[in-house]
Amino acid sequence: MKPPPFDYAVASDLNEAFALLEADEDAKVIAGGQSLIPLLSLRFASPTLLVDISRIRELRAIRCVGETLSIGALARHSDIETDAAVATYAPLLAAAATWVAHPQIRNRGTFGGAIAHSDSAAEFPAVLLAMGATIVTRSSAGERRTAARDFFGSHFQTSLQHGELVTAVEVPGGDAGTRWGFSEFARRKGDYAIGGAAVHARVDASGTCVAASAGLIAAGPGPTPADDLDLELVGRRVTEDDARRAVDRATQGLTPESNVHGSSEFRRAVIGESLRRALHQAFGLPTVDFRRTSA
Amino acid sequence: MKTHITVNGEGHERDVEPRMLLSDYLRHELGLTGTNVGCEHGVCGSCTVLLDGEPVRSCTMLAVQGAGRRVTTVEGLATESDLHPLQEAFSACHGLQCGFCTPGMLMTLLPVYNKGERLSDEEIREAISGNLCRCTGYQQIVESAHKALDHAAALVEGGEDTAAD
Ligand SMILES: Cc1cc2nc3c(=O)[nH]c(=O)nc-3n(C[C@H](O)[C@H](O)[C@H](O)COP(=O)(O)OP(=O)(O)OC[C@H]3O[C@@H](n4cnc5c(N)ncnc54)[C@H](O)[C@@H]3O)c2cc1C
Ligand code: FES
Ligand code: FES
Repeated sequence: MKPPPFDYAVASDLNEAFALLEADEDAKVIAGGQSLIPLLSLRFASPTLLVDISRIRELRAIRCVGETLSIGALARHSDIETDAAVATYAPLLAAAATWVAHPQIRNRGTFGGAIAHSDSAAEFPAVLLAMGATIVTRSSAGERRTAARDFFGSHFQTSLQHGELVTAVEVPGGDAGTRWGFSEFARRKGDYAIGGAAVHARVDASGTCVAASAGLIAAGPGPTPADDLDLELVGRRVTEDDARRAVDRATQGLTPESNVHGSSEFRRAVIGESLRRALHQAFGLPTVDFRRTSA
Repeated sequence: MKTHITVNGEGHERDVEPRMLLSDYLRHELGLTGTNVGCEHGVCGSCTVLLDGEPVRSCTMLAVQGAGRRVTTVEGLATESDLHPLQEAFSACHGLQCGFCTPGMLMTLLPVYNKGERLSDEEIREAISGNLCRCTGYQQIVESAHKALDHAAALVEGGEDTAAD
């Protein structure tokens, strides 16, 4: 349970980070270290060099740019949880943050690290899929902007190239027509999810749904968008029956892996129920709370 | 790699290997064995210390990442003669059996104590949700936390300081 030997360098700005990474193809970035250090201790990773980006101040900011909220890669999970702008313009993210790991881990883990790590069971990638976020990355070749849907791959893969960093994530700021819901089930709050869902939707002045999307947590080999959810919801004033049909449509093809927490079938049921609860929350239907009901 | 870290108010300059975990630095370099190591991969919380006043897991941090920062361990709680009120409360309410999780529980609760606010059962359970205890069943730990937080709140209401970490 001890990390293998590696060299360590602190990058004081982005250009220094790019130079260090480009000089060594087995170098790895470290931000909060909350995924990487356990991986090193378990010897699942053995980089030659760790490039510590955690002191690059410009990557910390959370700010509104026009209609979007830009969240710097080094904003910590605990910052997302408590930031006033996030609470106002992206309350779905703030709600999800309280489910990301335990308080001590949220004090170190970074938003950019969670995005780059791209764990299928992680909350933020699912939320970004639901919100239609844009991932901003940079390398010595310049800046790229990638839709969340195209950024996340399977088995911890992303569209990041070696030497490229996540610098920020842009999420659309909500308005009066924005609706959201989040629900997750884990053995202990803060543990990785057994299943969960994040819903982001819009309604018009009459309460009719005009857009709806969702990200599913721990549903497949990578962060998973809920396909075709909108077909059951858009153009309607969403009812419990609509929500149930949307859940059926979004989960029918899912085959989450069987693991110590349950069979594939059980986990699909958990994901479906999470999605139903998130939809209920989003559309103001009767709420259900995992902790107080036996479902 | 030359690394300067302030631990319990005292500065330490040591040449440390980059791969050394902060938990091992505290225990083996500084001999501060009060910080317990259980799972060593971030799950159990027994290694919790304060970093610049906030609880973090010392097993998921490299010592070199602590350069220039302030760490507080369980050894920083009691004085020569007196236990910290949090420790007193754990003792009075039987908040420990084997004691393995206790340093992590105390360090997790210390910033909460320092705020001087009373919390509900649920808020206390949320605060310690990242700390596993294999002995107590948590009930007495929650009671210990209540007792300590009542004490802190009374101090604050009386215009006194709960003392910095
Ligand atoms: C016990 C435990 C429980 C956890 N539970 C959850 C949970 O329920 N949900 C959840 O979402 N997470 C959970 N986590 C993981 C935690 O959220 C991590 O903080 C997060 O996944 C990674 O962020 P980090 O800053 O710590 O990244 P690091 O560990 O430093 O890095 C992770 C990976 O991302 C790369 N990286 C980091 N930053 C960047 C960047 N800016 N650009 C490019 N690459 C980068 C690194 O090279 C590495 O490959 C848990 C962790 C532990 C130890
Ligand atoms: S020893 Fe650090 S969390 Fe278990
Ligand atoms: S008292 Fe034994 S683990 Fe908590």
